[in-house]
Amino acid sequence: MASPIMAPTSSIFGEKMESGLISRFSPSISAHRCRKQALNRVLAVMAPAQPQRSPATTGSVKHAMTMTEKILARASERPQLAPGENVWVNVDVLMTHDICGPGTIGIFKREFGQNAKVWDREKIVIIPDHYIFTSDERANRNVDILRDFYMEQNIKYYYDIKDLGNFRANPDYKGVCHIALAQEGHCRPSEVLLGTDSHTCNAGAFGQFATGIGNTDAGFVMGTGKILLKIPPTMRFILDGEMPKYLLAKDLILQIIGEITVSGATYKSMEFVGSTVESLNMEERMTLCNMVIEAGGKNGVVPVDKTTLKYLEDKTTLTFEPVYSDDCARFIQEYKFDVSKLEPLVAKPHSPGNRALARECKDVKIDRVYIGSCTGGKTEDFLAAAKVFLASGKKVKVPTFLVPATQKVWMDIYGLPVPGSGGKTCSQIFEEAGCEVPASPSCAACMGGPLDTYARINERQVCVSTTNRNFPGRMGHKEGQIYLASPYTAAASALTGYVTDPREFLL
Amino acid sequence: MSMAAAAVAMAAAPAAAAKATNTFLFSQKTHSPLTPNLRFATRASFPKYPYFSRSAPDPLLLSTAPRSTTTPSSPSPTTYHGPCYVLGDNIDTDQIIPAEHLTLVPSKPDEYRKLGSFALSGLPSTAYPVPFIPPGSDATHFPVVIAGANFGCGSSREHAPVALGASGVRAVVAEYYARIFFRNSVATGEIYPLESEETGIWKECTTGDIVTVDLAESRLINHTTGKVYRLKPIGDAGPVIEAGGIFAYARKTGMIASASTA
Repeated sequence: MASPIMAPTSSIFGEKMESGLISRFSPSISAHRCRKQALNRVLAVMAPAQPQRSPATTGSVKHAMTMTEKILARASERPQLAPGENVWVNVDVLMTHDICGPGTIGIFKREFGQNAKVWDREKIVIIPDHYIFTSDERANRNVDILRDFYMEQNIKYYYDIKDLGNFRANPDYKGVCHIALAQEGHCRPSEVLLGTDSHTCNAGAFGQFATGIGNTDAGFVMGTGKILLKIPPTMRFILDGEMPKYLLAKDLILQIIGEITVSGATYKSMEFVGSTVESLNMEERMTLCNMVIEAGGKNGVVPVDKTTLKYLEDKTTLTFEPVYSDDCARFIQEYKFDVSKLEPLVAKPHSPGNRALARECKDVKIDRVYIGSCTGGKTEDFLAAAKVFLASGKKVKVPTFLVPATQKVWMDIYGLPVPGSGGKTCSQIFEEAGCEVPASPSCAACMGGPLDTYARINERQVCVSTTNRNFPGRMGHKEGQIYLASPYTAAASALTGYVTDPREFLL
Repeated sequence: MSMAAAAVAMAAAPAAAAKATNTFLFSQKTHSPLTPNLRFATRASFPKYPYFSRSAPDPLLLSTAPRSTTTPSSPSPTTYHGPCYVLGDNIDTDQIIPAEHLTLVPSKPDEYRKLGSFALSGLPSTAYPVPFIPPGSDATHFPVVIAGANFGCGSSREHAPVALGASGVRAVVAEYYARIFFRNSVATGEIYPLESEETGIWKECTTGDIVTVDLAESRLINHTTGKVYRLKPIGDAGPVIEAGGIFAYARKTGMIASASTA
């Protein structure tokens, strides 16, 4: 297909930068870049950058920095930073869950002592969500380990579950960690959020630095509240144009990953800007940032605006100060997309980068559809799927599994009216379409899980899924074929029994 | 003491080892590379325990092969030798350790070993017919893994490098790594995540080729094909892995106090 992107604008300096070192540009080159960038963005003309003056004489002259660099500079108490530097960073929130929490706790106790106390009982958020509704004894034991630790340390935020038979009987239980973090107000602009889960980058939608770490790093943070990080260079993705009504943020990120490959953003930050991004609601922005890791990215960021502030209004009383990339900040690469020209996509087995047009896969017969996970199981995702079922009025041709990410999402499915439906809720529309009953909120089959996990692929089947990865065995069976897609595409595919472009129903 | 002679001595070792079950091909430190007196350890006696820093010398690991410049008290291994297991590009964490095994907590010793027994069990058998772990065993015969681009992509699960280390892998030589996997390898000290200077070396190697990874010289020698590959120096990550991970290293260098009373 004709690619609607332009060539990277910084290709002149591309090679130099890709070696991993950002050289100090002479003022004339940096001025030239500023003018280039100004022209590309058709904004006000900017004055050439001034040569660097020593801080002693001015007190506040800084090099231009990107959003990520600014956030990490603030967190490491340094006036400025450049990509490639290794710095100790103060952590604002550490999140862990049931499959990595016990390991992290084990390391914390081993290294800091059995009676050690965590660095800050209010900055650790423990969210059981991965292997919850299962009879697997070790999985259940892992939740017990989390509970013991929460009690011993008096952790402020622990979203417990005890009654596995009825999730609603657990008032504290939330569900999928990344969505719970957002819904509970733990994601705040300009903060540093680390989690023992690769999709922690989801929170970058809030204009913060959020990334995944392993148990050992997390154990270290648990005791010290600090982590050693290498400052990543930033890749900028400018998404402009009116979002077509058959496209969702999932299509945008699949487009990007297909473009730069699954390692295209390794060790880099991905910044998403442009009029399209500004038009997205918070949940769509989360979907965008969620899959940054599938391109190898260290973190993703979306600048804070009215939409962010509105979402945060009723969720947190903590203060924050958004930061923005300087106009003359250096980006290692820039990509531009005219979103109005994009089409619904899928990622074919077995890689999130194996991009294809949904309409070109219409002969792929499928066995099931899965709508869930942090990537595609939020309220907006279910509203989107409901829209397609509503437009069709028909029943699904294959088992369609619905797994709301959190208790709140589950309640929205049963409570929120779907626009244009005459007051019907998502749940009613799903029932009329013959979908499975919405399941207990958790990660469920997104990553397979214990053998009795809801909707796990246990046979050689083809599945269209709103989740984030489709490597061999990802959802269970090693030979399962997973097509990653947006909720629109997933719903459309459920209705036909084949991979289907949602324009079949939405135009 | 020619390299070729040493190579012959080394090559003879695997043939002998193959007769014994569950043996590793790590050789005893020797002063003379031509001595055939090589001792083979079984998995059970392998002295590596995951969660104590490896400050004691490991007597079962060969230090230097041909050069004989190592003294008996030389503390750290600089080479790993044995058959290699070869993988392609984009080997993700679900293939390295399938998610159903993530209920195992790596900081518990018996579960650590069990985790090792599932290393690389997610690989499709059509593409990788040689089992990485022999059926019925919980350890691998392959101390070195050779891979392509973007090794360890996918999840942040630390279980991935831990499973490889627990199974007996000592070093991975890949084109490059996904960042969280690389970071976790260094933080845990479980494996050396080495990078080759050239791309595509995995295409020139076959599972079972006898190789030597020489950390000091930053090179991979494939004795079966005779080719030598340059590796990127492990750099600052080396001392951290050698110490046994970031905590051990931080204590060794005085960055943090020993098990604190905080």
